[in-house]
Amino acid sequence: MINEKVGVYVCHCGTNIAGTVDVHEVAEWSGRQEHVAVSRDYKFMCSSLGQDLIVDDIEEFGLTRIVVASCSPHMHEKTFRGACLRAGLNPFFLEMANIREHVSWATSDKAAATQKAKALVKAAVERSVYHKALEPIPVTIEPATLVVGGGIAGISAALELAEAGHPVYLVEREPSIGGHMAQLDKTFPTLDCSACILTPKMVDVGQHPNITLMTYSEVEEVSGHIGSFQVTIRKKARHLDEELCTGCGICEERCPIKVVDQEFEAGLGKRKAIYRPFPQAVPKFPVIDEEHCTYFLKGKCKLCQKECPTHSIDFTQQDEVCQVEVGNIILATGYDLFDSRRIPQYGYGRLRNVFTSLEFERMVNAAGPTGGNIVLRDGLTAPKSVAVIHCVGSRDENYHEYCSNVCCMYSMKFAHLVHERVPDAEVFNFYIDIRASGKGYECFYHRLLKEGTHFVRGRVAEVTDAAQRPEEEGKLIVQAEDTLIGAQRRIPVDMVILSAGMEARHDSQELAKRFGLGCDFDGFFVERHPKLDPVATMTEGIFIAGACQGPKDIPASVAQGAAAAARVAGLIDRGTIMMEPVKASIRTDQCSGCRICNNLCPYNAIEYHLETNVSEISTALCQGCGTCVAACPSAAIDGAHFTNDQLMAEIEGILWDQRETEREEEEAAVPA
Amino acid sequence: MNNPFEPVIVGFLCNWCSYRAADLAGTARLKYAPNMRAIRVMCSGRVDPQFVLKAFREGADGVMIAGCHPGACHYVEGNIKALKRFVLLRSLLQQWGIEKERLQIVWASASEGTILAEAVNRMTEEIRALGPLQWQPGRTVAQREPELAEV
Repeated sequence: MINEKVGVYVCHCGTNIAGTVDVHEVAEWSGRQEHVAVSRDYKFMCSSLGQDLIVDDIEEFGLTRIVVASCSPHMHEKTFRGACLRAGLNPFFLEMANIREHVSWATSDKAAATQKAKALVKAAVERSVYHKALEPIPVTIEPATLVVGGGIAGISAALELAEAGHPVYLVEREPSIGGHMAQLDKTFPTLDCSACILTPKMVDVGQHPNITLMTYSEVEEVSGHIGSFQVTIRKKARHLDEELCTGCGICEERCPIKVVDQEFEAGLGKRKAIYRPFPQAVPKFPVIDEEHCTYFLKGKCKLCQKECPTHSIDFTQQDEVCQVEVGNIILATGYDLFDSRRIPQYGYGRLRNVFTSLEFERMVNAAGPTGGNIVLRDGLTAPKSVAVIHCVGSRDENYHEYCSNVCCMYSMKFAHLVHERVPDAEVFNFYIDIRASGKGYECFYHRLLKEGTHFVRGRVAEVTDAAQRPEEEGKLIVQAEDTLIGAQRRIPVDMVILSAGMEARHDSQELAKRFGLGCDFDGFFVERHPKLDPVATMTEGIFIAGACQGPKDIPASVAQGAAAAARVAGLIDRGTIMMEPVKASIRTDQCSGCRICNNLCPYNAIEYHLETNVSEISTALCQGCGTCVAACPSAAIDGAHFTNDQLMAEIEGILWDQRETEREEEEAAVPA
Repeated sequence: MNNPFEPVIVGFLCNWCSYRAADLAGTARLKYAPNMRAIRVMCSGRVDPQFVLKAFREGADGVMIAGCHPGACHYVEGNIKALKRFVLLRSLLQQWGIEKERLQIVWASASEGTILAEAVNRMTEEIRALGPLQWQPGRTVAQREPELAEV
């Protein structure tokens, strides 16, 4: 009945496969299997010579199905589909058997590996004869892009796309773009002023005709697919009319309510109840903090409204919900700083002069709460000695096992800034290892060594104010084992800075769910491939950039932002892309109209037609999961490329040796 | 028997999470039991209970359904549907005399190669302890009872 000619190609992958799987045996055995017309093994099937083997065999032997036993289909399915296409064979007549990732790399038992490889090849052969010719589905790419997150990665992505002439919606949760970078003072290792290099970019974003900036806004819902995502955005009420506001700042000056600024100033400074996070904020409009504004709490005051020269304050303003359609989405949602309170022995929140890195950044910033002076909590006294503790929350199995990548460098920057601003002060940097692997970073480390920073190699056990010696009185004592001299040390200092690590945003799981992404163990978004596809995700049309993908510094975030933009620009320029035709469809003559499938579809792609009493699947909406296919009691739904026939045949093939054993046993049992 | 019993497990792995977890386990050269043979489906929601029965009928000693973590399904909630079917199917299988260890559901994200490898090891051990599935279609537990009593 089935009259297909299958070609089986077993790849050695050098010794990656051939070192564990007996590839000759697998190829020879395959040749004896039903449907198989040609079988070969070859060193590297993915090489052009390997691909030519397939092309030539299709032409010479008239092969109608191709099975390549090599690596994961996620690696080379495209490659071999291309080879089929070149020989005039529909690319969906290819099937791969994953005998590298799933076999040779996963076991060292050669006999078991060879047996398993045969099973996978047999499954692929059996399946392939049921394959049907399929044509990719063209999808038009909407030219607008949504960028979520207005930190440096998101800014970089938005500007690249806008400069290339494509419309961008940039959505930022906070009242201003800028992200964490806006809070920093200097940037390592060049000591560029962070604001000086960032604010021009922020202004560019604010003024760019191709960028629709939506700050104080959040994405609430996403639906659709690559080429056409429908995004619902909630624009929170700022309580002022952006058309009228000139950003003069009079309202801020007049507002009588002072609030400790936990966000931008990291709790070190204060802001008003109507405020802009910082003077260079983009956009320039302030926002009223409903939790602290007297009017919202007590129903009176309205001083800002009375004083506003353009009458832009509007207490009745409500949140606005709007919908935009975009072709692609770039997530650049950044990171959270590790909460140093979680390590009680370091005393943050209990010992007054223990500061977090972010507090120190604000302190050394000329526009910050202390005007750039390095002082203790009293706001007056300059410290005579400062300890900087590296790896707070990072490289620690109790918190995060990973290295946060930036802390060594910014800790050294802190040491430099202390030397610069308080020339007499001594600085002790407590480190586990110095990780200075970026361009110019090691050089910066050597500069610090020359500047006289004391580097103490050892994880700090405790920061305490319990003095044991007279010189420790009134000081913070940092206790650590100095692993270079092999001794416990107690170093009394006036100020301790905790170099907290980066962690995934507290709501990263929730975001991942909203956008259909995966998170890793630590909550960072998972990229499509850690080396070769670092900004794409498993969901077509959704890209990631910056620290939401893993801890990284500014240059890396900028690079990823630009990389994600380049990927999106490529898609926009193509205008139409071809999507996998893995979609479900209903054979109307078999549909009984039972409607079981109707409510199973998460994309509402199935519609029931009352007049004909059958359901129908919209190809445009179907994402190809196959849940409905599995549920149809009449087997009336076809899941293209994953049909019941194909999967049943695959199951039979994958268990070929089990059947044979049974047969042997039966045969053996008969004479007895 | 000369050869010690090696269970054969058919794994239905979803394209987005668990199949990639298995890929990652290999890439990271995590050595684990070679007893699970993977069949790729787009979503664990695609696993028709008939596939499971078919696998048992064809001689599988165990079937593993693996998907994305609940809440992290590439197709929103296909894995939840798989879970519902799994719960029902497993109770049916038990009524037919198939031990519950022989059908398992596993959640492994694309970055959790270790979780998938450990699940395969664990399941292999559990089934090794049970021995081969001697399921003769058409026979009820009642019919098998005398044999079972002998054992």
